[in-house]
Amino acid sequence: MSRAGRQHHAGPLTYLVLIMVALASLFPLYWTLVAASTDAHRVVSSPPPLLPGGNLFHNLAYVWHNAGGRGMGVALLNSTLVAGSVTLSTVALSVLAGFAFAKLRFAGRGVLMALVVATLAVPAQLSVVPLFILMKNLGLGNHLGALILPTLVTAFGVFFMRQYLVQALPTELLEAARTDGANSLRVVWHVVVPIARPAMAVLGMLTFVQSWNDFLWPIIAMNGSTNPTVQVALAGLGTGWSTDWSVIMAGALIGTLPLLLVFALFGRHIVGGITQGAIKG
Amino acid sequence: MAVSTGPQRRQTWRTRLYRWDSKGAPYAFVAPFFVVFAAFGLFPLLYTGWLSLHQVSLYNVSRSRWVGLQNYTDLLSGPPSRFFWNALRNTVTLGALSTVPQLLLALGLAHLLNYRLRGRSFLRIALLAPYATSVAAATLVFALIFSPEGGMANWLLGLVGVGPVHWEAGHWTSQFAIALIVTWRWTGYNALIYLAAMQAVPGDLYEAAAIDGANRWRQFWHVTVPALRPTILFTVVISTIGATQLFGEPFLFGGQSGHQGGAANQYETLGVLMYDQGFRDSMLGRASAIAWTMFALLLLLGLVNALIARRLRRAQ
Repeated sequence: MSRAGRQHHAGPLTYLVLIMVALASLFPLYWTLVAASTDAHRVVSSPPPLLPGGNLFHNLAYVWHNAGGRGMGVALLNSTLVAGSVTLSTVALSVLAGFAFAKLRFAGRGVLMALVVATLAVPAQLSVVPLFILMKNLGLGNHLGALILPTLVTAFGVFFMRQYLVQALPTELLEAARTDGANSLRVVWHVVVPIARPAMAVLGMLTFVQSWNDFLWPIIAMNGSTNPTVQVALAGLGTGWSTDWSVIMAGALIGTLPLLLVFALFGRHIVGGITQGAIKG
Repeated sequence: MAVSTGPQRRQTWRTRLYRWDSKGAPYAFVAPFFVVFAAFGLFPLLYTGWLSLHQVSLYNVSRSRWVGLQNYTDLLSGPPSRFFWNALRNTVTLGALSTVPQLLLALGLAHLLNYRLRGRSFLRIALLAPYATSVAAATLVFALIFSPEGGMANWLLGLVGVGPVHWEAGHWTSQFAIALIVTWRWTGYNALIYLAAMQAVPGDLYEAAAIDGANRWRQFWHVTVPALRPTILFTVVISTIGATQLFGEPFLFGGQSGHQGGAANQYETLGVLMYDQGFRDSMLGRASAIAWTMFALLLLLGLVNALIARRLRRAQ
């Protein structure tokens, strides 16, 4: 990696601009916390409160038990279930397919890989109408399964793992395992997975964030459900369920905190994953 | 004889198994993706096209009626055409408002982040925090900030003696606010993508430019930007795809008013119109026609992008 451009130390003006941008990035999140800790009256008062008040736990407890039918607590559990299943399945199936595309020889590999790349650009959002009908026919109307099935594995995941394994997986290692008589599944488990682990972690986090934040399809699939995900509950919260902004913000806070926590813990890896995927893409 | 065929037979059985495994395994490994894509990607996309030629009710999906191209002609010149053209216009203006400043800002930010900095990891994580915030949460926070009564934006404007502005009700003010939500969520993400690409630019290019007497500003325009061209193209493509489908922000920005897309549809996008026609007014055929129009729009944008990319490559 070259040090180009970084040879220069940043001047005070650079710091000033960057700090202001960082503040602008973080302020709405801070404001969510502040607003969630006030009450219906105080949250829209002028001048607006800039420091947290004492109402935070009251508001959190309220949305935890009441919002979206059965409360944000249930919604949180549902979102964790959906995003967790989607993540596990996407990572596992992407490793298998990515490995096959990266290192195995088979007829039609080039065409099939081109198909994967082509489907990268097909937005799933345009297919919500038939998807809705399909899920209804499968008996999955208002069912969490309807949110999991369509994203069991994604073109992005396959592409991402393939790009990683092409470089990271030494072909000699595979040949050695083959000569020892290991079958394909054993090769995957004992050779591919240990090497793919860092990329699996990155893909896992990206997939979890995406699934957690998905909006259009859950709104349609879980329309009117009393068993919503976080995003569906938030949408209900923001469009009429409550007129108290401090309560709405408490819901937004609960819906955002888990991901912010994931980011605080693994932020560096996520940054690496995003940039890797983009440059090679 | 029986003694000699035993191991031999096992041998052939083994090699057969081995051959079967090495021939079949690749297909078994890639099959799940193609099965999922066929069932939940390709089939629904094509079926959308089929449905767009029918009249289908949300409440009685199995009884659809063939109407040919009527859904499309209705959208283009029939009774709902007013909403369609309005939504198309809004999608284009909101798309431009939310992607062009965003990508320029991200490019500038990446340039600054590329200096030798203290606290670099903190800055990166701060810039990426909005990306971790969901559309719903972000839109609700900004709806409060731009609230006509007691919103922070109007309070700030009031300090300098302007306003109050009724952000949500106005055409351009609402679009500005929504574009700001999109910009807030995605600028840091794009800046980090640009940053990674900048760090991969070979240093001697800069040295050569410096010897030629180019100052840092000229180096940025004549070395950095050309080297970043593929990455910029990538982000432009991703952002236009996102902008064409813009849904969550305009869907929720109206908040309590209950008007998704605005009382006068002043920020209703194609995505919101599709939802509205399909899942509120239960006209799934018409919603499908809107989806395919969006698909056509994306193909058109992709074509334009490809042409521009080719021209740029040739010009180089």
